[in-house]
Amino acid sequence: MHSRLLALPLVLAFLAAACGGGQPAPAPASEAPAAAAVDPATAATLNGTVSFEGAAPANVGIKMNADPVCMKENPTPQTQETYMVKDGKLANVFVYIQDGLGGRTFTAPTEAVVLDQKGCRYHPHVFGLMVGQPMTILNSDPTLHNIHAIPGTNSEFNTAQPIQNMKTEHIFKSKEEKVVVPFKCDVHGWMNAYAGVLDHPYFAVTGEDGKFSIKNLPPGTYKLTAWHEKAGTKTIDVTVAAKETKEDANFSFSAPAAGN
Amino acid sequence: MWLHRYAKFVSAATVLLIVAGGLVTSTESGLAVPDWPTSYGWNMFAFPMKHMVGGIFYEHGHRLIASGVGFLTIVLALWLWRAESRKWMQALGFAALGAVILQGILGGITVLFFLPTAISTAHAGLAQIFFCLTISISLFTSRSWQSLPAGGWVDDSMLRRVAIATTALVYAQILVGATMRHSNAGLAIPDFPLVFGGLLPPVWTPQIAIHFAHRAGALVVGLAIAATAGHVLYHHGERAELRRPALLLVCLVLTQMTLGAFIIWSKKDVAINTAHVITGALTLATSLVLTLRAHRVRFGAASAADVRATLAPALDRSGARA
Repeated sequence: MHSRLLALPLVLAFLAAACGGGQPAPAPASEAPAAAAVDPATAATLNGTVSFEGAAPANVGIKMNADPVCMKENPTPQTQETYMVKDGKLANVFVYIQDGLGGRTFTAPTEAVVLDQKGCRYHPHVFGLMVGQPMTILNSDPTLHNIHAIPGTNSEFNTAQPIQNMKTEHIFKSKEEKVVVPFKCDVHGWMNAYAGVLDHPYFAVTGEDGKFSIKNLPPGTYKLTAWHEKAGTKTIDVTVAAKETKEDANFSFSAPAAGN
Repeated sequence: MWLHRYAKFVSAATVLLIVAGGLVTSTESGLAVPDWPTSYGWNMFAFPMKHMVGGIFYEHGHRLIASGVGFLTIVLALWLWRAESRKWMQALGFAALGAVILQGILGGITVLFFLPTAISTAHAGLAQIFFCLTISISLFTSRSWQSLPAGGWVDDSMLRRVAIATTALVYAQILVGATMRHSNAGLAIPDFPLVFGGLLPPVWTPQIAIHFAHRAGALVVGLAIAATAGHVLYHHGERAELRRPALLLVCLVLTQMTLGAFIIWSKKDVAINTAHVITGALTLATSLVLTLRAHRVRFGAASAADVRATLAPALDRSGARA
């Protein structure tokens, strides 16, 4: 412990020099001005479907034999969850309003988002949460996991969860510039998850049918972006009128060019 | 001679440690144990073996082997301090001990701060210096180092210069390789022997630049080793203590270049990637041995009294027999 303490000033000095002191973190959402009310009487809904054109690349196979617990939980051959395509519809796409909300501010929900490590997989694989919203990371497995988040704007963290049913709470304090934060387990190299961290509640993740729905949206014109872990991002312009339910905010992805 | 045997054992253990470290990075397991110096809250020596799974096997295994090498180095430093009459050898033992302690701290810091490239590269670079210290101690405690060979020691200033330059270039190349490895630039140029289908990258990013520098460095090191080995074989081909490391150096650098190519073609296969790390270390060690032997005549002039003192018991015995 002492060597760790002795090392700390050295490293902090190094990091300060390397980062130029850094930027002060924005105030957490709980300290933000009161949320601008969205009038339920005029709120609109944005529905859409994400399709996948052509044959989806085969997901990479996973060898879980590095951990007997994972093998026991998954006796059949396993693959990554990169391309979850069914009937030409793509699941696990994070869809969000990229621009158009103006200066509105929103209060983060107090209800925690749960990221569960179960069967040596992350559940859910893709999810969204707001700045200031609590996130509970749960280890449901009878084996060790480390939960390693690699944000671009927020602080990186790597937490040990050696005990089954162990919980760790985390709150992202800033909006992520690149929106999506990758999570990985360095013990089990195949485990990865992605969280969209936004300062507003207008996001959704596509289900098995490729559909998503963003509700309670103020009327206006927006840039709507769809993100997929391998296929990339696409952005469209959408306009919703008061009380409108728009059904055609659709996206289409295809396999990225070889080498990407 | 037991000290020499023990020093060689420490060097061999260090080879194992570098292999273990190479496996940690090759399997991307560097953060599989998030805490340090504890392991998942356990005292690292009490960490249950049943939990040595996945990336923990590599990372925690590396920590245990490193602790073992640390202990061996403490014994080596104390042994040199007690048994060696050459003061500089005593200092070398403590230098090795200091290096291994600093190396442990660097390893811990790099884990706690999520493997920053600068610290991880420093960890890799210091590993090579520590390995060189153990190799040097092994050489300096050997009988061949401390006895005058038939025909005397080779005194060739050109060989000394070219050997020093080669060792320095090999070390610089290892540092560039470590930077590439720890900045995830190992496949920044995905084809070989061409570079994006040509001779030069069409675009330059930091990762492509460091990768390209490593390839260019391989050519420079290859030429330097060819020059050194050629000089040894042409001028001192009859001297086994120089010829052997020179030939080994040529074999190692050819192996190393082949492994480098296969890393690209196999898209960083773990075994090949790790073999590349250890072959790099062995190339450096061999070049160092050749360099030190080329400088032996200088050591002799400076420390003849020390050598006499070290060899006195054996000389006395042989004198008594005569």
